[in-house]
Amino acid sequence: MSDHFDAIVVGAGPSGNAAAYVMAKAGLNVLQIDRGEYPGSKNVQGAILYADALERIIPDFRDSAPLERHVIEQRFWMLSERSHTGAQYRSDDFNEEKPNRYTILRAQFDKWFSRQVRAAGAILITETTVKDLIKTESGKVIGVVTDRDGGKIHADIVVLAEGVNGMVGQRAGLRPEIKANHVALAVKETHFLPEETVRERFNLAGEDDGVVIEVLGSVSSGMVGTGFLYTNKESISIGVGCLLADFAETRIAPYALLDKFKSHPSVAPLLKGSEMKEYVAHLIPEGGYDAIPRLTGDGWLIVGDAGQFVNAVHREGSNLAMTSGRLAAETIIQLRAEGKQPTEENLKLYRDKLADSFVMKDLKKYRKVPHLLEKNRQFFNIYPAALNRAMQAMLRVDGTDKRSKEAEAMRDLKRARGGWWRVATDLFKFARAWR
Amino acid sequence: MTDKKPETASPKMEERLYQNRYLVDEGNPHVTIHPQPGGDSPALQSLTQICPAGCYRTGETGRVEVVADGCMECGSCRILCQATGEIEWSYPRGGYGILFKFG
Ligand SMILES: Cc1cc2nc3c(=O)[nH]c(=O)nc-3n(C[C@H](O)[C@H](O)[C@H](O)COP(=O)(O)OP(=O)(O)OC[C@H]3O[C@@H](n4cnc5c(N)ncnc54)[C@H](O)[C@@H]3O)c2cc1C
Ligand code: SF4
Repeated sequence: MSDHFDAIVVGAGPSGNAAAYVMAKAGLNVLQIDRGEYPGSKNVQGAILYADALERIIPDFRDSAPLERHVIEQRFWMLSERSHTGAQYRSDDFNEEKPNRYTILRAQFDKWFSRQVRAAGAILITETTVKDLIKTESGKVIGVVTDRDGGKIHADIVVLAEGVNGMVGQRAGLRPEIKANHVALAVKETHFLPEETVRERFNLAGEDDGVVIEVLGSVSSGMVGTGFLYTNKESISIGVGCLLADFAETRIAPYALLDKFKSHPSVAPLLKGSEMKEYVAHLIPEGGYDAIPRLTGDGWLIVGDAGQFVNAVHREGSNLAMTSGRLAAETIIQLRAEGKQPTEENLKLYRDKLADSFVMKDLKKYRKVPHLLEKNRQFFNIYPAALNRAMQAMLRVDGTDKRSKEAEAMRDLKRARGGWWRVATDLFKFARAWR
Repeated sequence: MTDKKPETASPKMEERLYQNRYLVDEGNPHVTIHPQPGGDSPALQSLTQICPAGCYRTGETGRVEVVADGCMECGSCRILCQATGEIEWSYPRGGYGILFKFG
């Protein structure tokens, strides 16, 4: 193996694979390093794959990628202890030739993506942890140090695609430590059921049709967090995630929260008789725009979760990861073509490309949301609970007239939140943060 | 290859982690505690309840201990205790640690 590459990519998740693929396709000499036994062996996701981001990199990915189901229906649940109020959107239009969203299993998907990267010409070494960066005296990054014997490797540029808990960038002082209120700790289980059972329980006609459910309310026991349940081919992914700072404060065990969610009367029948075959935990960057670290410097740039590129409001991450990886690669390719060095100044091109894409535009749009939710727990406990009480009161026919029921539901909401003024303020704050 | 169950976990946690695959790097723990003179910080103590793999427990001396064999490498304990200096954390050597089948 040569010890100088055009680019070294640290990490073989969606961001690293996208970057390595695009650069290798353009003929660059790319080395990719991942600490897992195989790409994906350390990675966790819900998981919904957003086709558009991948399609822009590998247009015919549908022919060979390990896709579970394509999503034809999305449900939103506001959960209380014993009930849920839901909204759902289902459309046969999603049964299109090139579906827009799929469920996937990350360990398998990442393996597949990595095969494409290698077929494009990149060299991958696995079971190798990058420990540090090699810098010149002036601070320019010129390579990486791995945990292999004589493991120093040089490159013109290092792409840090190491994920949320990115130790390399932190250790090298390129980015600050993560804060406990900027990440969610998520736990997830994969529950297996016969394929037909999955289809029956979720009312799915087509063999590959799928449903995803996003959940707010009692699922997070008053913490800032959400739950989810996604249908795979022969399994169901179910998980919850809440701010790490909230877990530390409440000391609620994440798996206890997951158990409670699984035994909720709205969820238990969907999982009945299933066999749990994996339990996983992972962090999700949820600090949004204000948590984004410095993204470029002399000889290095950051892509994906390492840059905090997750839109927590819409639960999108892998598509931001793939898009930032692609834009980084295009930047590097363009600079080379123009005979320019990957200096901090020249890498402004990457920051400009990001700013011009949905990645930064969306993160900017929801900039105030993480802060708002952290300071306003009522969105996770008081409102979902009051909504469910109101629904029950209206639906239970017991001789009370409807006007009295409406009045009682309003009084209940006012009581729960401590006054109308507060309700109005919440609405206003919410609308402003969402804008 | 070992499917090792951490001794610290509750029976339920053992069952859970039993499904997972690990390659334990014997003798090279990737998480260690450096006890501080003033006693364990609330952050360290919280880990006995919130580590998703149940790696932390309160030992007989009343101090928090860690057995990181079932660790899923989420990084939570590292982040929570970065200010107190109680935890030394690194990724396991390449290839070792958790191996997700589905992720
Ligand atoms: C529970 C959960 C549910 C989610 N659901 C969704 C969803 O439904 N849809 C969605 O789009 N996103 C979702 N996300 C977010 C999504 O998973 C991430 O945004 C995405 O994986 C980020 O990709 P990445 O390549 O930046 O990082 P990662 O996927 O974390 O990849 C990082 C890679 O770097 C490697 N690595 C790290 N450090 C080193 C080192 N020092 N040396 C060598 N290799 C190293 C790791 O082994 C890994 O392969 C979810 C996340 C979680 C945790
Ligand atoms: S990294 Fe996560 S799973 Fe491992 S010991 Fe720390 S908190 Fe527990």
